[in-house]
Amino acid sequence: MIIYGVALLAFSFIVGQLLGEVLGKCIGVNANVGGVGFAMLILMLLSDWLHRKGRWSITSNQGIQFWNQMYIPIIVAMAATQNVRVAVSSGLVAILVGIIPAVICFVSIPWIAKFAKHRLP
Amino acid sequence: MSEQILGFLDKNALIMAFLIVGLIMYSSTLISRRLTKGKIPMPAIAIILGLIMAYLGGMYTQGEKGIADVRLFSGLAIMGGSMFRDFAIVATALGASLLVIKKAGWAGAVSLCAGVTLSFVFGVWIAFLFGYKDVISLTTIGAGACTYIVGPVTGAAIGASSDLIALSIATGVVKAIIVAIGTPVAAKYIGLNNPHTAMVFGGMMGTNTGVMAGLAATDPSLVPYGAITATFYTGLGCLICPSVFYLLMQGLFS
Repeated sequence: MIIYGVALLAFSFIVGQLLGEVLGKCIGVNANVGGVGFAMLILMLLSDWLHRKGRWSITSNQGIQFWNQMYIPIIVAMAATQNVRVAVSSGLVAILVGIIPAVICFVSIPWIAKFAKHRLP
Repeated sequence: MSEQILGFLDKNALIMAFLIVGLIMYSSTLISRRLTKGKIPMPAIAIILGLIMAYLGGMYTQGEKGIADVRLFSGLAIMGGSMFRDFAIVATALGASLLVIKKAGWAGAVSLCAGVTLSFVFGVWIAFLFGYKDVISLTTIGAGACTYIVGPVTGAAIGASSDLIALSIATGVVKAIIVAIGTPVAAKYIGLNNPHTAMVFGGMMGTNTGVMAGLAATDPSLVPYGAITATFYTGLGCLICPSVFYLLMQGLFS
């Protein structure tokens, strides 16, 4: 049933996000630390496990695929609700501090990617 | 009569948002195919249309939630809010390979540390050039160069004034928009076409909004890899900006 997939996704989401909240509290940070990442890992492990047990049906999978496919429309909705006015009208400091470090990080990506690959044990 | 219709649409705001986004996606497909002959991918156009709508909505209402401050479009705030966004992103994990993530985990960790540090250092440097000389201002603006959550969290922790906090939020929003628009354009120059680089990309840029929109517009199959590292960035920034970096700044400037 499709709802099984959605429920599995919801389970992974809630456990992962809770872990992120707890981790944030533990290290004294006022933010969720890696909640989405934990949720993704939990979902991968669980679906893999169910797959091997032969308990994973195509329809359950569709429940997750639906949300997977809704990802881009949701990102578009998110873009449409950003505070773009403030970003555009906030003056030169905000614009330059927003852009220049981002560009520097961007151009160092190949270098970091290469460095990390070579250091791989 | 029009009030009744608006009231009806208010009650069904999320459904209305599905319809509106569907129309945006459809017009983006047409623009992508007809006007750019498919050279600019549909998601990139849809995201840019979304940003333009957000700007127009903000100018019209002077609000903070882009087009969602216009009553007819209020459902977009629910659909594009963090709950649905994170839910959909977790769903993309199903297409990712655990093996690749394990292998690139070290690269992700390196890029996270490098990303937060580089953003902070260059953010501080530019703020310094603009005449900010006190440690609290510099640290808050530098944190804003990480993400629009790290900025205000850091500012609040070290006692920055509210206009500085607003500035650091604006900085983070600028970064998110630049990453969203710039990524598909620049992807080929930095070799952003494989999971390994996508994980490094997520850790280097860090801004969830920007990374996820940028990767969606570049290659949707890379989204889970970028997302899995980016999700640690804001937490890491909130951890080290008001503590280690603030102390280092104090040592450096006094």
